[in-house]
Amino acid sequence: MNFETTIGLEVHVELKTNSKIFSPSPVEFGDDPNANTNVIDWGYPGVLPTTNKGVVESGIKAALALHAKVEQQTHFDRKNYFYPDNPKAYQISQSDKPLAHDGWIEVDVDGTKKKIGIAEMHIEEDAGKNTHERDYSYVDLNRQGTPLIEIVSKPEIASPDEAYAYLEALRQRIQFTGISDVKMEEGSMRVDVNISVRPVGQTEFGTKTELKNLNSFNYVRKGLAFEEQRQQRVLMSGGEIQQETRRYDEASGQTILMRVKEGSDDYRYFPEPDLPALQISDDWINDINASMPEMPGKRRDRYVNELGITDYDAMVLTQTKEMSDFFDETVALGADPKMAANYLQGDVNAFLNDKQVDLQDTDLTPANLAGMINLINDGTISTKMAKKVFKAITEGQEPKAFVEEKGLVQLSDPAQLQPIIDGVLADNQQSVEDFNNGKDRAVGFLVGQIMKQTHGKANPKVVNQLLMASLKK
Amino acid sequence: MNYFGKDLATLHDDLLNKKITVVDLVQQTFDNIDKTDPKIGAFLALNKEAALKKAAEIDAAGVDADNVLSGIPLAIKDNIVTKGLTTTAASKMLENFKPIYDATVVEKLAALGTVNVGKTNMDEFAMGGSTENSAFKITKNAWDQDRVPGGSSGGSAAAVASGQVIAALGSDTGGSIRQPAAFNGIVGMKPTYGRISRWGLIAFASSLDEIGPMTRTVKDNATLLSALAGHDGHDLTSSTQEVPDFAAELNDTTSVKGMKIGLPTEFLGEGVDEGVKAAILAAADKYRELGATVEEVSLPHNKYGVAAYYIIASSEASSNLQRFDGIRYGYRADDVTNLEDVYVKSRSEGFGDEVKRRIMLGTFSLSAGFYDAYFKKAAQVRTLIIDDFKAVLKDHDFIMGPVTPTTAFKIGDEISDPMTMYMNDILTIPVNLAGLPGLSLPAGQVAGLPVGMQLIGRPFDESTLYKAGYVFEQATDYHNQTPSLGGQA
Amino acid sequence: MASRIDQDQVKHVAGLAKLELKDNQVDYFTKQLDDIIGLFETLDEVKTDNIEPTSSVSDQLNVMREDVADNWGQRGALLANAPESENGYIKVPAIIDESEDE
Ligand SMILES: [Mg+2]
Ligand SMILES: [Zn+2]
Repeated sequence: MNFETTIGLEVHVELKTNSKIFSPSPVEFGDDPNANTNVIDWGYPGVLPTTNKGVVESGIKAALALHAKVEQQTHFDRKNYFYPDNPKAYQISQSDKPLAHDGWIEVDVDGTKKKIGIAEMHIEEDAGKNTHERDYSYVDLNRQGTPLIEIVSKPEIASPDEAYAYLEALRQRIQFTGISDVKMEEGSMRVDVNISVRPVGQTEFGTKTELKNLNSFNYVRKGLAFEEQRQQRVLMSGGEIQQETRRYDEASGQTILMRVKEGSDDYRYFPEPDLPALQISDDWINDINASMPEMPGKRRDRYVNELGITDYDAMVLTQTKEMSDFFDETVALGADPKMAANYLQGDVNAFLNDKQVDLQDTDLTPANLAGMINLINDGTISTKMAKKVFKAITEGQEPKAFVEEKGLVQLSDPAQLQPIIDGVLADNQQSVEDFNNGKDRAVGFLVGQIMKQTHGKANPKVVNQLLMASLKK
Repeated sequence: MNYFGKDLATLHDDLLNKKITVVDLVQQTFDNIDKTDPKIGAFLALNKEAALKKAAEIDAAGVDADNVLSGIPLAIKDNIVTKGLTTTAASKMLENFKPIYDATVVEKLAALGTVNVGKTNMDEFAMGGSTENSAFKITKNAWDQDRVPGGSSGGSAAAVASGQVIAALGSDTGGSIRQPAAFNGIVGMKPTYGRISRWGLIAFASSLDEIGPMTRTVKDNATLLSALAGHDGHDLTSSTQEVPDFAAELNDTTSVKGMKIGLPTEFLGEGVDEGVKAAILAAADKYRELGATVEEVSLPHNKYGVAAYYIIASSEASSNLQRFDGIRYGYRADDVTNLEDVYVKSRSEGFGDEVKRRIMLGTFSLSAGFYDAYFKKAAQVRTLIIDDFKAVLKDHDFIMGPVTPTTAFKIGDEISDPMTMYMNDILTIPVNLAGLPGLSLPAGQVAGLPVGMQLIGRPFDESTLYKAGYVFEQATDYHNQTPSLGGQA
Repeated sequence: MASRIDQDQVKHVAGLAKLELKDNQVDYFTKQLDDIIGLFETLDEVKTDNIEPTSSVSDQLNVMREDVADNWGQRGALLANAPESENGYIKVPAIIDESEDE
């Protein structure tokens, strides 16, 4: 029997705003429990929410980045359920008229391009956090009210690899808008997945299962792959898939039954009466559109077509907006694009990995990287010297000043080099003879002697030219 | 002392001319409350210490000559939060709850130099029309202590009517200011939805709730509305409409001349007491006498108001009251060992029956499979009710009618029969559904009990209602009648 | 008259609302709720095809707050009002089911 797979992804993205979505409390992480909370966040009697304009704006940015249609008449709804991290026992969300709908993103799986549809995306508030111990649970409401965007895919994802590619592309596009860090490991991107399989030719979808505890894109792919196989096996052996929630076990790579769903949850959605409806004008959308940064796809095309960068390099450079912006600025400051690309992918990435930091959190600047590349290109320093200069620019030093201060300037002046060459030739007559007898090896020895006398500062290119000319005299 | 026969202007003069100090006024107010409240039961909490301290501060600074509210003692309904002063909404759920912030109206009044004397009794979470649903005490009608004061702002109404205070704040979701005002023979305004900030009002039904003033006279009421109204950054549904000096507009006793008044057929239909009907018809004649035209109009969807209201209000309430879960504040049941117990026991022990009834009705109306038939249907009927009012108010300056089908009923008579109780609100509820202003004022008596007249206006046109109310008040003597309650000087 | 809500439904609704009804309460609440739901059903007489529902009568549209953070410094007072707290956390008896939602 042949099967086809249908995967649905619900992605929650936490926004980097100054204040919460419905209260002015700061959005900050890592502070003391409940430090960033007020009566609104605690759902006190008599409080009312106030909509943060910055969140609506971020939502519109996300919609534009995902080619979605912004709903111009929209409002909030209440989703009712009891849980200690949900102080009002309702979440202010959107259900009836989400902020945007019908978007898509293009993914590339093994060279095949495919558009995957986005059913809807809406803005809502995050819950607080519970810590569970034996007899008690502890509630911290700092995260309560942090703005979220929820992005719901259409059931158009047909394989675990496509799911992976969708998440990569989604993360990248959102990251470029600057509205979120979109980091799964930090919880600013969270993924809920469901998957079903059905025999090819069957029109209705199979029963789906939901997977939990997927803490990286890789686990999403692995968990889905396991679940795809498991469901197929169940169906082939004549069994039935239950509507259930399963957790992914990282150690064994398997999914494990958590609970069987009995009926659907009853969230009793209704329009939020405490907040005025939103009317989003064309002007507002156009303004936001005009301020949107160039998206990764466009940048890749530009790098390849205008700067002569390879497809692969362009892809790597556009992994994050910070890297791509850094590259653009470096090139704008006159650096050779190919060299800039190589340095960013090579030394810079190695440095970031080694230090476990993000590019924007280092002292590296496009001006200093461009400065170093230009010093290499004009022969002031050798690529070998550049290693020292690179270390210096990672510490925020200006490359030209550093090179001068450390006397790293390459000796390229023939008037200074010729006497040294003449001296070396005079002291090594045997080698000159060897050269004349056709032993090219002697050149290497003579260059070495010249470098030794200049403490390695001699420009090898110039030394070679002058030495060959002297030998052939 | 009591406040019979007084108004803000005369009190203000007495304070300005130092006939009495603010401290003495406040002290005498408490003395009178101590004497009369065992009979009336209007208050849940008194704010003696802080009130006297504030009074002394105002005396020291001097009463503000340009502000008639300077140094005036007022009472506040107990669903409006007051920082540091117990606020219970008459529920066991909040029995010892001390808010850590002030409602916007409380802040505004404090800034104007009024003195908060205490918190008034009400139906639990404002659910009810008799104040019998209070978890703590039963408030009595100022005119007959065997009868209910109405509700849910029964404490505020009884406090004003019995002369304990000159004014009090109430809240009105389906008639909770106008009905107790009518039952107690005082003036109560439910302003246009959004006129006054709801920040700090413990929510019952967010799309219907409105705070409003309860006073002895129309002019005092108008003065307070101007003080309370205005947009508030804490309540995004509060209106940015300009707030007139309503009281300053009241001096012309002929201002209804040429006005067109609508008297809905449905407001004098079946179930409306003959005496009440007669009082309203007499009021209509009075308006004709004063130069207005009164003509019969129709609000055909009025009769569906009660059903639509109880669906919408209960649905919103079921959600608003979920926050009372025993976790962050308020009542938590004893002997709870797991989370489910905290929820279920705290809520089951903390809420009274009427609150539970409404929570269940609302939960039912919103639940899967019933939403369209109940909540959505009611919200559609609400649109039709709004359209009815729009049609009439297009060519009528305002609408008049009774506030309630009957005068105050006896304590215990209706409490066991929720359906009858709900039907009492048939004349006030549509006004909340439409978000319109509604003024209740005394229009006579039946068997020694006050009858209230209701004036309903266009959105944000409280001015017309106050003018029409003032003209009627000046032309009649009902507002000067006081209950024969022990303690009058 | 056919009943509009039965005891099981009343118990289900009470469960959703985290309310516990004693046996004798189930009886009278069911009766009362059934009466009131009967009143609700009078709305069936009203034709509402193509009528937009009204969920708010506020005259405000599109009102938003600027994205400026402001910590009101209420932490201490909030924790002091909690029935139980520890080390800055709100403390609650154990959560048995760990299902979370958002
Ligand atoms: Mg969801
Ligand atoms: Zn969500």
